[in-house]
Amino acid sequence: MAGRLPLVLLACGSFNPITHQHMRLFELARDHMHQTGLYRVVGGIVSPVGDGYGKQGLVASKHRLAMARLALQSSDWVSVDDWESQQADWTETVVTMRYHYGHIAAQYHHSKDPPTNEQPASDVPQLKLLCGADFMDTFKVPGLWMDDHVEEVVGRFGLVCVSRGSLQPDRAIHESDLLSRHRQSIFLVREWVHNEISATEIRRALRRGHSVKYLLPDSVIDYIREHNLYTQDSEMKNKDVKLRPLAMQAIQD
Amino acid sequence: MARLALQSSDWVSVDDWESQQADWTETVVTMRYHYGHIAAQYHHSKDPPTNEQPASDVPQLKLLCGADFMDTFKVPGLWMDDHVEEVVGRFGLVCVSRGSLQPDRAIHESDLLSRHRQSIFLVREWVHNEISATEIRRALRRGHSVKYLLPDSVIDYIREHNLYTQDSEMKNKDVKLRPLAMQAIQD
Repeated sequence: MAGRLPLVLLACGSFNPITHQHMRLFELARDHMHQTGLYRVVGGIVSPVGDGYGKQGLVASKHRLAMARLALQSSDWVSVDDWESQQADWTETVVTMRYHYGHIAAQYHHSKDPPTNEQPASDVPQLKLLCGADFMDTFKVPGLWMDDHVEEVVGRFGLVCVSRGSLQPDRAIHESDLLSRHRQSIFLVREWVHNEISATEIRRALRRGHSVKYLLPDSVIDYIREHNLYTQDSEMKNKDVKLRPLAMQAIQD
Repeated sequence: MARLALQSSDWVSVDDWESQQADWTETVVTMRYHYGHIAAQYHHSKDPPTNEQPASDVPQLKLLCGADFMDTFKVPGLWMDDHVEEVVGRFGLVCVSRGSLQPDRAIHESDLLSRHRQSIFLVREWVHNEISATEIRRALRRGHSVKYLLPDSVIDYIREHNLYTQDSEMKNKDVKLRPLAMQAIQD
């Protein structure tokens, strides 16, 4: 794949728990970006959100990290990163992206061999945010995103958005002037195999003692069972807590 | 591939009787075979009933299918009426609906199925998981990843044997489905 731009895909989210659906996003995105003829995907990062996010039913990050690591054991290019979950407070997506980009760039400069005739200088890998279509809808939730953050996440870095089910990312872009302005930085991937394994449904099935076999890796199911992670009680966690980004916005207003 | 996939299951297994038969076998014939086998095993291993352990029943056998299967009942010539009576009425169906298909409507639109409504158990699949084998084969032909859609062991097997290609998809392109061919001969 000579002459292509190296690319790393970053997925942020609760991963509560990680499912086959999450991992499919990476596979679909990689195939799509390769097909453009412009990119060579060199890595994938799963970055579970910190406990401070305050989402209802969010179990401790140490468990979410452990499950993600188990799930990604069989992947040779996607790994889990705990930087975001280790931060004291909830971290804006743009801050997480700046951190990972800085890390990627540092690694690149550190290991770069001097260019030769046979091996011309390669570029610093780009970093793009990998997300599902429902993520596109979050841009219109009042107070959830700061405009200049959206500019940076979408414009400077770029999005790779995998549409699942009947959601319409095209419409979300259309209905936002900000997103529309950065249309060329948004790559839309169609998921023809309709695979809507939502973590919410998984947790519901677990609470009711229903089987989730084949929806997540066996190793993750075993982990959940061992630690009795998803129960009525765990789902009540953060029930009356405001989502951190909204709480922060309210303070600033 | 099915054996590889089911290695991690402690209650589902693969049976090759149907695939070993010389000709295509009607569903009802396959069901009769398996029921006979189950009943024989039951009678063979049955302990005499005691106060603590009363006689258990011979296991029932029901056909597990997806909602698209319900639609096959209305394809002309695909099913014989008395076979439908036996599969649905005598044995019973457990039908898992996927996506937007409506098994309820299929039952409603068939007098035969409606008559056996109590023998049909409808299961709602709330986690929409429409991994169709057709899409899998399409992805494989195009060199796309199917990781996390099937077990790794099955993906490896497919790769080793180069199973799904343009050529493999063309197999039986102009061949009539056996049940329909048989029906045509009998007409």
